[in-house]
Amino acid sequence: MGTLELKKEKKVMTGNHAVAYAVKLSKAQIISAYPITPQTSIVEKLSEFIEKGEMNARIIKVESEHSALAAVYGAAIAGARAFTATSSHGLLYMHEWVHWFSRARIPAVMAVVTRTIGPPWNIWPDHSDFMDQRDSGWIMSYAMDNQEVFDLVIQAFKVSEDPSVYLPAMVGLEGFILGGTSMPVEIPEENSVLDFLGERRQPYSVADEIISVGNLTSPEETEQIQMGIQNAMGRAREVIKKVDEEFGRAFGRSYGGLASCYKCGDAKYVVVTMGAWSGDALEAIDVLRDNGIDAGLLRIRYVRPFPIEEVREALSNARLGIVFDRSLSFGGFGQLYSDIASSIIGSGTKKNLVNVISGLGGVNISSDDFVQAIKSIIESYESEGYVHPFLWYHQGEVMKYQHIKA
Amino acid sequence: MVITMKLVKTEDKLPISYPSEGAAGKTGTWRLERPIVNNEMCTRCFLCEIYCPGNVITVDKEGAHIDYNYCKGCGICVKVCPKNAIKMEPEEE
Amino acid sequence: MSSATDGKGILVVPACCTSVVVGTAPKTSMRMPIVHVPFASAAAVASGLREALLVRGLEDKQVIVWAGDGGTADIGMASLSGAAEKNADIIYIMYDNEAYMNTGIQRSSSTPRGAWTTTTPIMGKTEPKKDVARIMISHDVPYVATASIAYPHDFYNKLQTSLKIRGFRFIQLHSPCPVGWRFDDSLTVDVARMAVETGMWILYEYKNGAIEISNPSRYLIQQNKFKPIEEYIKIQGRFASVDENTLKDLYEYRNRNIEFLNKLAK
Repeated sequence: MGTLELKKEKKVMTGNHAVAYAVKLSKAQIISAYPITPQTSIVEKLSEFIEKGEMNARIIKVESEHSALAAVYGAAIAGARAFTATSSHGLLYMHEWVHWFSRARIPAVMAVVTRTIGPPWNIWPDHSDFMDQRDSGWIMSYAMDNQEVFDLVIQAFKVSEDPSVYLPAMVGLEGFILGGTSMPVEIPEENSVLDFLGERRQPYSVADEIISVGNLTSPEETEQIQMGIQNAMGRAREVIKKVDEEFGRAFGRSYGGLASCYKCGDAKYVVVTMGAWSGDALEAIDVLRDNGIDAGLLRIRYVRPFPIEEVREALSNARLGIVFDRSLSFGGFGQLYSDIASSIIGSGTKKNLVNVISGLGGVNISSDDFVQAIKSIIESYESEGYVHPFLWYHQGEVMKYQHIKA
Repeated sequence: MVITMKLVKTEDKLPISYPSEGAAGKTGTWRLERPIVNNEMCTRCFLCEIYCPGNVITVDKEGAHIDYNYCKGCGICVKVCPKNAIKMEPEEE
Repeated sequence: MSSATDGKGILVVPACCTSVVVGTAPKTSMRMPIVHVPFASAAAVASGLREALLVRGLEDKQVIVWAGDGGTADIGMASLSGAAEKNADIIYIMYDNEAYMNTGIQRSSSTPRGAWTTTTPIMGKTEPKKDVARIMISHDVPYVATASIAYPHDFYNKLQTSLKIRGFRFIQLHSPCPVGWRFDDSLTVDVARMAVETGMWILYEYKNGAIEISNPSRYLIQQNKFKPIEEYIKIQGRFASVDENTLKDLYEYRNRNIEFLNKLAK
């Protein structure tokens, strides 16, 4: 079967298509997915690649998302490089499988085109569906633009199949903002991706060994298995950094590892974001600097394993950390804020942190919004020496989201 | 070009089991009574071996042999034997 | 089943009695690979597994789902239908002990009318038994069969037939549970045999668009030599509260089944 050998070229494409191209170049062998807005064009593009003979893979058009991740597991456990993509309710429907997959320690990759959760019906993006998977044991990364979407998917195969990791990996991208918006993406030459990824590795396979997976197990041994997952997450930090560097050498793009810093070094105020709106936040940082405010941006790229050291380092000289979350644990806090606060508290240094919830339900947040919100927070902080740590920025207003004394 | 797969083990504990005898322990201890075969009456019809749910009966020229390490004493062999060659006897002690 | 597949089978087992019967880690009692999977998804995992075998050039390995009635007729119905509709190249064996036995005898859609279970403790199940094999016939898959643990040679033959067919193959295996059905262990084979002899379980195969009823069911139907259903009822404690009306329902159930099978019979 003829496979079209792709030469290195720059194409303009949506984030969803960037995912499809990355999966194609990674030579995934089994695709299994169920359509859901705003992910559908990923599966449609992959179907096209396969039916045109450009991709030597088989696609299983399952009847639900729960079955989609189940079929990917069946394929992966039998030695194939497998992939799925989903969003929102689809991701929630396969949640049982999200846990089963990582606890089985089998590598695979999933793209999550993030979309908020209903009711009400709402197809627009935030991070709620993605962040809901934080506890599962998957490697979780989130892109800022379509080039990074492409790069992260390829790197996800490499990180996930590394023998010191052996955890499935999910790559997040905002629905419509990235998923449906066209941007330039450089596609590397096909063989260079194959050289970069190498052959698939996994810890066991039912097609190649006589073993049983998942038998009833004692509490002590179960806990040891779970300790293994946490250890793998620890080792994954080094693997992710190494893969990012190797990718930089092979393809000329490196992003700085688990998190990347823009002007954090001397920043009094460090803003933290994740996802597409980080681009708007970067613009806001420049505007603030022009206005004499020493601000910097820490962009979280990997939520799991969480960049504990990178966060401590970036905030070390800051007076105030301003953490923007595009999702919220109701009754608690924004998830990035919680993870950052937990990372810092262990280091013994006191740090002022403010959490700003914003952009939920797909509300568009522009760089002007960032400037406005950050300025108002800094003004309170500088005039009163204090700012309420739990804020929600909605339609131009900054309001408290926890009704307690801070 | 098709990618290949290589098995590379990890030190971490995995939810994997390997086939071995007695995966639920010596289940013969669960018995309250045991089947005894009269191999003179046995016609080597193999029905007890086929029907035994524990797979503990082996029939050969000498007759039907029961592995009492694992026989749980369900009594199905007694009922399926067309010659009534098997009888249940209470376990001692 | 182990001997029929001769070392080339890979089992997919969702939550069911077998999940526990195969033993505890780090040991396992079968010399076939077993993939334990979450309850609702055995058929989906099996289809993914088979596709991977095909893509890796390992076609001679057979993928076999070994699932209970709960994981097939109830929580697994969607993935079962999905795999059947796509003619996934797997064998699906539903061993039917007519309730959620592993969790302590709760009713399933496969529990027969009138049976006691812990969730139908006073009135017995008020709905008739859901016929999964018939649902598979409606999907028009290449092979559907019913079998019984009382007729092991018949089951073995049906397995052998399945192994030679490509596409989705379904076998529903009647497996009485002494604890759940309330009878002495030693009578397990007798109860299973009685189900067939009273017509409460009918042995047949469906292939190429037609039904072929297996013996002894074929003989029993043709000669109308069924034993009275009362004989099946009285040897099981779970049917202790079956009254006249329920018994009437059971006779009608049997007759409707035979009618349906005869319509499709060659």
